[in-house]
Amino acid sequence: MSIIVDKVNYVYSAGTAYEIKALDDINLKIEDGEFIGIIGHTGSGKSTLIQHLNGLIKATSGSIYFHGQDIYDKKFDLRELRNRVGLVFQYPEHQLFETTIFDDVCFGPMNQGLDKNEAGLRAFEALRQVGIPEDLFYQSPFDLSGGQKRRVAIAGVLAMKPEVLILDEPTAGLDPGGRDEILDLITRMHRERGMTVILVSHSMEDVAKYVNRIIVMNQGRVMFDDVPKEVFKHYKELEAVGLAAPQVTYLMHELRDRGLNVDTDITTIAEARAAIMKAVLGGKH
Amino acid sequence: MLRDITIGQYYPADSVIHKLDPRVKLFGTLIYVISLFCIKGVVGFVVATFFMAGMIALSKVPFKFMVKGLKPIMILMLITALFNLFLTPGDVLVSFWVLEITKEGVQNAVLMTIRLIYLILGTSVMTLTTTPNQLTDGLEKSLRPLNKIKVPVHAIAMMMSIALRFIPILIEETDKIMKAQMARGADFENGNMLKRIKNMIPLLVPLFVSAFRRADDLAMAMEARCYSGGAGRTKMKPLTYVKRDYIAYAVIIVYLLLSLLCGRI
Repeated sequence: MSIIVDKVNYVYSAGTAYEIKALDDINLKIEDGEFIGIIGHTGSGKSTLIQHLNGLIKATSGSIYFHGQDIYDKKFDLRELRNRVGLVFQYPEHQLFETTIFDDVCFGPMNQGLDKNEAGLRAFEALRQVGIPEDLFYQSPFDLSGGQKRRVAIAGVLAMKPEVLILDEPTAGLDPGGRDEILDLITRMHRERGMTVILVSHSMEDVAKYVNRIIVMNQGRVMFDDVPKEVFKHYKELEAVGLAAPQVTYLMHELRDRGLNVDTDITTIAEARAAIMKAVLGGKH
Repeated sequence: MLRDITIGQYYPADSVIHKLDPRVKLFGTLIYVISLFCIKGVVGFVVATFFMAGMIALSKVPFKFMVKGLKPIMILMLITALFNLFLTPGDVLVSFWVLEITKEGVQNAVLMTIRLIYLILGTSVMTLTTTPNQLTDGLEKSLRPLNKIKVPVHAIAMMMSIALRFIPILIEETDKIMKAQMARGADFENGNMLKRIKNMIPLLVPLFVSAFRRADDLAMAMEARCYSGGAGRTKMKPLTYVKRDYIAYAVIIVYLLLSLLCGRI
């Protein structure tokens, strides 16, 4: 039992003319080691929700429990929570500030109270994990390419060794190569370190390929919360709220309509390939 | 947290004052402010009070929004009043240790306090009923004659409107970077003065970088749309005077004459 979100509501600018209800009665249970995708249209409350999970935003009402402890309890140490729940914001490269890449990645571990050597070790390890070559370590972060900057920023959070890693649109604005690198890196973190990963995205392809549970947000509410196959069965409803199923799912429906006997519950290209081969070759095998 | 700060205090409402040409409001406010410092007697202040009360009533902005503007200058008002009270030479009323309160001192203190309050209330009628963009438009058009003596009026107005436009963007950006650094364990609230200033570096460096990046992007986008300064540039909504603006000018001039006539009484 890792994180429990219990009846959480959040209202922006409460009591003024600009009042917006960003979260509306959210109930979630996030177990250790899960790989979760949160999808939703702009303004659906997904970014607001993840900022609740490490206590950056305090819910207007409701409670959040981390390993059974109420994070709004006066005795609860929010900084400790932020050490254990790492949050990578959208466009994280905008937060780089140090003179060298290495120092920037050390910022998190140093704030955790580690000494220089230990923080350095953590930074070294994290930078290697994200695939930054060693000869770049002592350069200014502002000289890197966009994709590299983003990987450095992610390393800055990984160096804190969080148990839960939350990423807000980590692939926004990257080219396909950069996108795959980041997503593969995240998958590796999940598989090798057993980290709980929460990935916020609006790309169905990314989400379907990597995660094992999808939470769909719409207008501050949880609309669906299930494994990808089940969620994408509702592709018509997803379309109604401005989302969509992965393109292969549509392809499979189209093939089915045209008379090819394929499974339509398919969400990734690999699965689609297998299903089509099976249907085409059919009994010949 | 930072989201709650509002700069530029425009209060949207459907009133005659809102609809007036910004140039009229600028001119009217100027006249009003000058009159406040010419008025020396009770009758003059009665005239000013009626004028201001009339404008507030017409603007349909709740009075409590006007009063809000007074809060930040409370201290300033208090200091001004105290200085006037104790440091004006004249007939001594009360004497206390080295401090002396004179008859003229009391008069000056009261006069200054009333002037300051009226000044803030009067100018907030303008800022509450005019959007920052309308204001810069009005300024640009009123100051256009200065072009003849090589003052870059258009450039100044454009800089003003861009600066105003960027305030909310930079506030949002600050909020975002602050949260991102807090997620990395940064602490902006504890520690002594020196430590706190040092802790601001992770916030300020990215903020400056982002401000320069945005400025660069904006300049590029403007150039891509062939922006080349004020020469020959037309407006989508050019400012033109209509009947209510002439009436407003007439009212302002009547007020000016009245306050000059009654100012000394």
